[in-house]
Amino acid sequence: MWQALCKNRLSWLGIGLLLLIVLAAVFAPWLAPHDPLSQNIAYRLEPPSAEFWLGTDSYGRDVLSRLIYGARVSLLVGFVAILIAMCIGSALGILAGYVGGVVDQLIMGLVDVLLSFPTLLLGLMVAAMLGASLENLIIAIAITEIAPFVRVARAPTIALKQRDFVEAGRALGYGPFRLMGVHILPNMISDVVVLGSLWMASAIRTEASLSFIGLGVPPPAATWGSMIREGFENILDAWWLTVFPSIAILLTVLALNLLGDALRDAIDPKLRSERS
Amino acid sequence: MNTQDTVLELRNLRTEFRVGGAWHAAVRDVSLAVGKNETLAVVGESGSGKSVTALSVLRLLPEAGARHGGGEILLEGRDLAPIPEKQMAALRGDAIAMIFQEPMTSLNPTMTVGDQIAEAIRQHRHLSWREARALALEALEEVKIPAAASRFGDYPHQFSGGMRQRVMIAMALACKPKVLLADEPTTALDVTIQAQILSLLSELKEAHGMAVVFITHNLGVVAQIADRVAVMYAGEVVETADVKTLFERPTHPYTEALLRAMPRVDLDTAVLEPIPGSVPAITAMPRGCAYASRCPLRETRCEEQAPALEAVSQDHQVRCVVRVESNKRHI
Repeated sequence: MWQALCKNRLSWLGIGLLLLIVLAAVFAPWLAPHDPLSQNIAYRLEPPSAEFWLGTDSYGRDVLSRLIYGARVSLLVGFVAILIAMCIGSALGILAGYVGGVVDQLIMGLVDVLLSFPTLLLGLMVAAMLGASLENLIIAIAITEIAPFVRVARAPTIALKQRDFVEAGRALGYGPFRLMGVHILPNMISDVVVLGSLWMASAIRTEASLSFIGLGVPPPAATWGSMIREGFENILDAWWLTVFPSIAILLTVLALNLLGDALRDAIDPKLRSERS
Repeated sequence: MNTQDTVLELRNLRTEFRVGGAWHAAVRDVSLAVGKNETLAVVGESGSGKSVTALSVLRLLPEAGARHGGGEILLEGRDLAPIPEKQMAALRGDAIAMIFQEPMTSLNPTMTVGDQIAEAIRQHRHLSWREARALALEALEEVKIPAAASRFGDYPHQFSGGMRQRVMIAMALACKPKVLLADEPTTALDVTIQAQILSLLSELKEAHGMAVVFITHNLGVVAQIADRVAVMYAGEVVETADVKTLFERPTHPYTEALLRAMPRVDLDTAVLEPIPGSVPAITAMPRGCAYASRCPLRETRCEEQAPALEAVSQDHQVRCVVRVESNKRHI
């Protein structure tokens, strides 16, 4: 799998890009040239210059510094939300696939309800109900992304539970939870992880969207979505306020998609042979 | 056979499947007994109910489509049919173990073989991983995996089919079961590996004093491994005898036909005779003898009344009115 991953140059681009963004987020205090929160009216709406590489916003805050700090929020929200969605979603999916019957119908019914709402609308509803804070934003995004994980975990579970080694495990006296956790889950975890990296891009997009409409992390904390919203008012005379955060979101989503595609290709040998 | 030594005994076991909304018996009136250090071979063609019998003992048939329809499953005199599922699960892999036909797919591909055996031990014994792994290594050595210690951490895909079946046997025997149910364990292997696995199984049977129920459709394998044989047809035992008697004096017409359909080294057979017709579907079981439609000895009474399993001599029982009668006349 690693060999296939290394061969694909696009996947290296994705990994490199993502690594760069993660490093920037981790080392933000050292990398950021200015304090992202310090306001200075004297430098209001400065265009990009040697002092402020990406310009300043309407409060005179450095855009580059806010962008670097914003990466922390975007990545944290995306990662934690997907992790939660992945755990809950695949647990429900395995349960539905393994137990079947009424439990399956109940869980899949719930998933259909979740899927029938557009992601943003559902996130908006949950975020509005819970109120704007970092934790609530994560919860809201996690809820919107549970459904695909349930589906992706359920299908292989139905196939795996009929495999001989699960039957053999039953003949050795293993209970259903041991069979689900130790024998079924590790055989499909790769599918779930691939889906995770693809949907993390979507989670970051949802975060930006929710922040854009003001339901994200409350100001003055810097997030990419809220930066775009604040810059939106001055879009005609200060283009740098919206363009640079947009590029940051674009690059992050692109990196995650490239990584997800590369992982999927590496895991699925059929797709691999077609490409090479 | 001494009845005190009986480890597993089935009395009039009946297992039913749901087909098209109604329950039909896939296994009817099966009575078998297997003792300590004894191998009972259950022979029959596909669909004769031999695997279903084994799965019924462990209660492994899917609950939605199958049910226990009556009879007793006695493990050392204790009936397993009415015990709750939790106690049944505790017996699986501990007192009664099973090995399956497909060694290639019966191991978890994401776990090392050593850990899979250790897991089976830890399921039934309160041991730490370290202690369980030590026992697992012993089990691997017992089934003669070459360089067992260095292969302990290998994954199933690094093993050949024969070696995987040895691992399966090690897993099944790790908790020293009293009964081993072997469901065609050598069918998927080539002939030389098959012979190795068979001799390994009989060695282990001697060493552990196990009762082995060996399910197969291969009469050559039966001759090699069995002490006693039960021939199954359409969910019933039609003949049971010790292995020597069965091959020398097959009495049920189905057993005779089976032997005629098999090439033999000990007899000079020029032509192999296939058995005409096929097993009746479980939804269309005849009122009388299930074999009647294919039987050369068929009489009108065969189609009217289902025959019972009757003794023709010591430890030799046959389910055929015609043969039992002619046997009586000879005596």
